[in-house]
Amino acid sequence: MRPNIASIFFLTFTLFCKSSLLNGQENSFPNPPSQITASDHPWDHGEKIDLNWILSADDQISVKIYSIYKSVDSDPDSFIFIGNVNPGVFSLTVEKLDRKESYFFKVIAVDEQGNASVPIVTLSAISPTREWFDGGRFPLFIITIIFCGSVIYWIYRARSGLPLQIRKIAGLEAVDEAVGRATEMGRSILFIPGIQDMNEIQTIAGLTVLSRVAKIAAEYGAKVEVPTSRSLVMTAARETVQAAFLTAGRPESYNQDLVYYVTDEQFGYVAYVQGMMVREKPAACFYMGAFFAESLILAETGNTIGAIQVAGTAMPAQLPFFVAACDYTLIGEEFFAASAYLSGEPDQLGSLKGQDIGKIIVAAGIIIGVTFLTLGTVAGPETSIGSAFMAAAEYLKSVILT
Amino acid sequence: MKRSVPLLITALGGFILIIAYFIPAAQGWGEVAAIWFDILASIAFILGGGNLIKIHLKKISDKSAGWAYSAITLAAFLITLIVGLGKVGINPNPKYPEYALSGHYREIGSPFWWLYEYAFKPLTATMFAMLAFYISSAAFRAFRAKNLEAILLLGTAFIILLGRTFTGVYLTAWLPDWMSGLKLENLTVVIMSVFNTAGNRGIMIGIALGVASTSLKVLLGVDRSYLGSGDD
Repeated sequence: MRPNIASIFFLTFTLFCKSSLLNGQENSFPNPPSQITASDHPWDHGEKIDLNWILSADDQISVKIYSIYKSVDSDPDSFIFIGNVNPGVFSLTVEKLDRKESYFFKVIAVDEQGNASVPIVTLSAISPTREWFDGGRFPLFIITIIFCGSVIYWIYRARSGLPLQIRKIAGLEAVDEAVGRATEMGRSILFIPGIQDMNEIQTIAGLTVLSRVAKIAAEYGAKVEVPTSRSLVMTAARETVQAAFLTAGRPESYNQDLVYYVTDEQFGYVAYVQGMMVREKPAACFYMGAFFAESLILAETGNTIGAIQVAGTAMPAQLPFFVAACDYTLIGEEFFAASAYLSGEPDQLGSLKGQDIGKIIVAAGIIIGVTFLTLGTVAGPETSIGSAFMAAAEYLKSVILT
Repeated sequence: MKRSVPLLITALGGFILIIAYFIPAAQGWGEVAAIWFDILASIAFILGGGNLIKIHLKKISDKSAGWAYSAITLAAFLITLIVGLGKVGINPNPKYPEYALSGHYREIGSPFWWLYEYAFKPLTATMFAMLAFYISSAAFRAFRAKNLEAILLLGTAFIILLGRTFTGVYLTAWLPDWMSGLKLENLTVVIMSVFNTAGNRGIMIGIALGVASTSLKVLLGVDRSYLGSGDD
């Protein structure tokens, strides 16, 4: 058999091409990044590790992304993908780690064609460490200290005899009127302390108003009915009403059966209260606490039966419904001021003054943030001073106030 | 003493939760406090159930107004309780066939599931659906143009409602591009994102400060009215 020159030539050419192609592929792999280091993220909960590396020599040439992986052992097959970062980025904070585990990390440079560089892996495993203080919450801690300090300071000043004024709140002025009306009409007073449990501050604020309502009702000899949707609230409301009757000098008129539990279920509770309102037609209805969709059903039913209605809540979505259907509505902070307003105690009035300091801090924050953004926009975000203002506003919003 | 112990528990629980927020090592304390609250609430549920039975039995016995509803409430409560706790009609878990009560209480097709699907859910949905009618009646009253403020409210509501429908978009589609800001759908966005957000944030800031101040008063024992009078 004669050797086929053409075949030999073809074979040689193919080998040459393949060799060139292989060399070409090797050359197209991006250079890997280098010197990867992993360190514990400072002042955190023990869930973060900071990674740093030196960029690939091809960073601004062919690298499209850097892919980052983690593993609890150094076995190359056990690495789990975490995420990608863009070229030019040489650090990453890896989050949601378990401080009881030790981690290895690796970084790979990947080019447009998907060719991956040789991985670089951290030399030793590292565990995140939990610090004694959460540094991310430091600005909030300072704000808390200032706010609480101002409240305590003004309570102290009020105790020292400093006279404090509080503006008239129509909804709270109406409490006496509503109870008086119910007494004149010989009908009951309905008090709903919201549908949340005792761990909700609005429920506590509601019980504060209940204390006042029950005291006036005891003085007038009116009946206060308090259906609750939580057992703990029932227990607390009973204590509140009993103490109010005692303070009014009418402990014998207290009837614990008028403070009772209905159901935890939202619409089951509404169905019961609505039916009771239609049947018994209370002359005055108070809705004080945390409400959701049931707010309008209750308030509209009260409106239909012609009851005088006073509502107070800190649920912004329910406020329009109460405003539309009730005679008086305590909006947000007015509701929380009820305790101080109704008691008139210097301690409590002092806390309201401290609250005003909080408002000044918030107003100052708003003015500073708006000023930074305005100046940044006027100067232009592309200029150095403009971008500095924008960055300051972003820091205020995302770091200090978050 | 009757008031001092609850105040102490309140202060202790509250300050632990605050500390746990800032100090990671104390995070577990906050979780423990929350678990304790859940335990207390669960025990109180028995108290609530007992109270429910007592109140409604009294209403039935006194034949007071609406006593028939009390009878229905008690019957529904007891049937659900017995069916749920007794796991009536529930098949044993295949892993533990020898234990009759090993099946899941919400097994599909079981009597408890049936009560939930065909009694509880429709009743809840009915109550929720009634909200639509109440919204209509409240809107009718709120949007009466009695004075300048009411007229402004009515006008704003009209724009928002129209701007969120196809009709609204259609009505102002003829406006040229340079007047696109006056298109109803764009006006709606401006009203919601500027005026509404500003008002809402004002209320939210007041609420946040009120919550913080009230919490502090409760923790420090300045406000004791939720425990009754301020006297010990």
